[in-house]
Amino acid sequence: MTSAITATGLRKSFGGTVVLDGIDLEVGAGTTFSLLGPNGAGKTTTVQIMSTLVHADSGEVRVAGHDVVRDPAAVRAAIGVTGQFSAVDKLLTGEENLLLMADLHHLGRAEGRRRAAALLGQFDLADAAKKTAMTYSGGMQRRLDLAMTLMGDPRIIFLDEPTTGLDPRSRRVMWQTIRELVAGGVTIFLTTQQLDEADKLADRVAVLDHGKVVAAGTPEELKRSISGAHVRLHFADATGLDATARALGGAFRHDGTLTLEVPSDGGAVAVRELLNRLGDVAAAVDEVSVHTPDLDDVFFALTGRRTAEATPELENAR
Amino acid sequence: MTTLTLAVRDSATMTQRSLRHVLRYPVTLVVAVAVPVLLLLLFVGVFSRLKMSLGAHASYIDYVMPGIIVMTAGYGSSVTAQGVNRDSTEGIIGRFRTMAISPTSMLNGYVVSALARTLVSAALVIAAAIGLGFRPTADAGRWLAAAGITVLLVLALTWLAVPFGLAAKTAEGLTGFILIVQLLPFISSAFVPPGQMSGSVRWFAAHEPFTSVIDTLRGLLTGTPSGGAVLTAVIWCAGLALAGYLWARVLVRRDLNR
Repeated sequence: MTSAITATGLRKSFGGTVVLDGIDLEVGAGTTFSLLGPNGAGKTTTVQIMSTLVHADSGEVRVAGHDVVRDPAAVRAAIGVTGQFSAVDKLLTGEENLLLMADLHHLGRAEGRRRAAALLGQFDLADAAKKTAMTYSGGMQRRLDLAMTLMGDPRIIFLDEPTTGLDPRSRRVMWQTIRELVAGGVTIFLTTQQLDEADKLADRVAVLDHGKVVAAGTPEELKRSISGAHVRLHFADATGLDATARALGGAFRHDGTLTLEVPSDGGAVAVRELLNRLGDVAAAVDEVSVHTPDLDDVFFALTGRRTAEATPELENAR
Repeated sequence: MTTLTLAVRDSATMTQRSLRHVLRYPVTLVVAVAVPVLLLLLFVGVFSRLKMSLGAHASYIDYVMPGIIVMTAGYGSSVTAQGVNRDSTEGIIGRFRTMAISPTSMLNGYVVSALARTLVSAALVIAAAIGLGFRPTADAGRWLAAAGITVLLVLALTWLAVPFGLAAKTAEGLTGFILIVQLLPFISSAFVPPGQMSGSVRWFAAHEPFTSVIDTLRGLLTGTPSGGAVLTAVIWCAGLALAGYLWARVLVRRDLNR
């Protein structure tokens, strides 16, 4: 697999505060990579260094085969960046913004118009094409922002928290677009604080905390790397619960909810083996569910803290 | 295409973008003309009745007009600084910087469009002044020279406005720059000859850059002797433009968000 992005030993401090403390990352061409972490973990700084906006104090970054310090122009020609805050010209219309990008990418007039029209349609902005971006909602501005990034047909796209603050519809449009881009061979570098987003979209995830990569792997690997997976058996009455608890032993029982939690990796083989062990008692089981840890559990296990998404209210409800 | 052709093309695209802003909100241009014209009415109304030794000037409006032109340029540069600052804080400059375009093209776009916008407003202000009784004696050659010195002044002020706009983290951070370009003409030879001022104010008014430009314009438009003002004005403008250009180049290449 060829690498679209490699970073080695990346360090950066702002006025004495260490933001990146020696991170190494590798992103395969044509894959989606997600940098996951809470606010202030260093995600935006990482994107800014990789997109030539900020110089690292030390370390090396290569994007599309070019060194970001020695050959920033070649890097810029290969990338597209959509940041946390939309970078659109609010005094121009949606269409004019796209045509501005077409001119700066030196597309011909006809080609520019063709692409602008296609992107306005794709991002559900055709009706608002002639209105100034100032009148757009936050979600529309963000969609226009991504459309502007796509005008240059970049091979590597940096998305810095692209769905933060978006309504569910805009979020779905964004996710769908990311999937289509990857299907077309584009490499996506995505930062997010949202665990389900990394889980759904990314081929590989790195967890960033206080400027350090505390874990990296596929979402599945990360989830398997921590304990806490179990099979949950739900019963119709206490008799069934008692009988099963005796038969299995070592299971954790919740009398109030009539459930048993049996430690397991949650795989099909383990579940079949468990049900075989139950034998006749299995008839008493009302419902079987497999609970695998989500990335929030991963993050908690790695850092001892919950991420922004898992609010105290949700914790109590669990 | 060569690097130069691309740079010219990108500069043209950036200029077009800024000019579109002016056309979209023409009120900016209206204010840029209305403010100097109001100042003109105010000063002519207040000062023309005072007995001042205005040298060869028969009427106060002829004396004060060069100062009003300079104030038009000053106001124009504060609009430029605000526009650059808006682009910088709203993030579009960050986008441009991740694209394969030379940073200088971006700066050129601001300067060329600001020059066009300010020259149009200056022309409208002069037309209004002629309607109010301004009687310049210049021939075509002198008008051309006056236009030249105005272009130099606008270039100097704009090349200063761009880095100030880039450097300020918020619009409020521009207050200092705006105050300087809008108030400095008041302490110059614009409204009162410095010879009639007292002490240190007189020294300041005689030596600040706006005075040399105003004296040059006055000499060209109304035929008063301008002494060595022309050379001083050219040196001031070229120096300020160069300083602003070099500062702006540093700013567009340094780390974002610093």
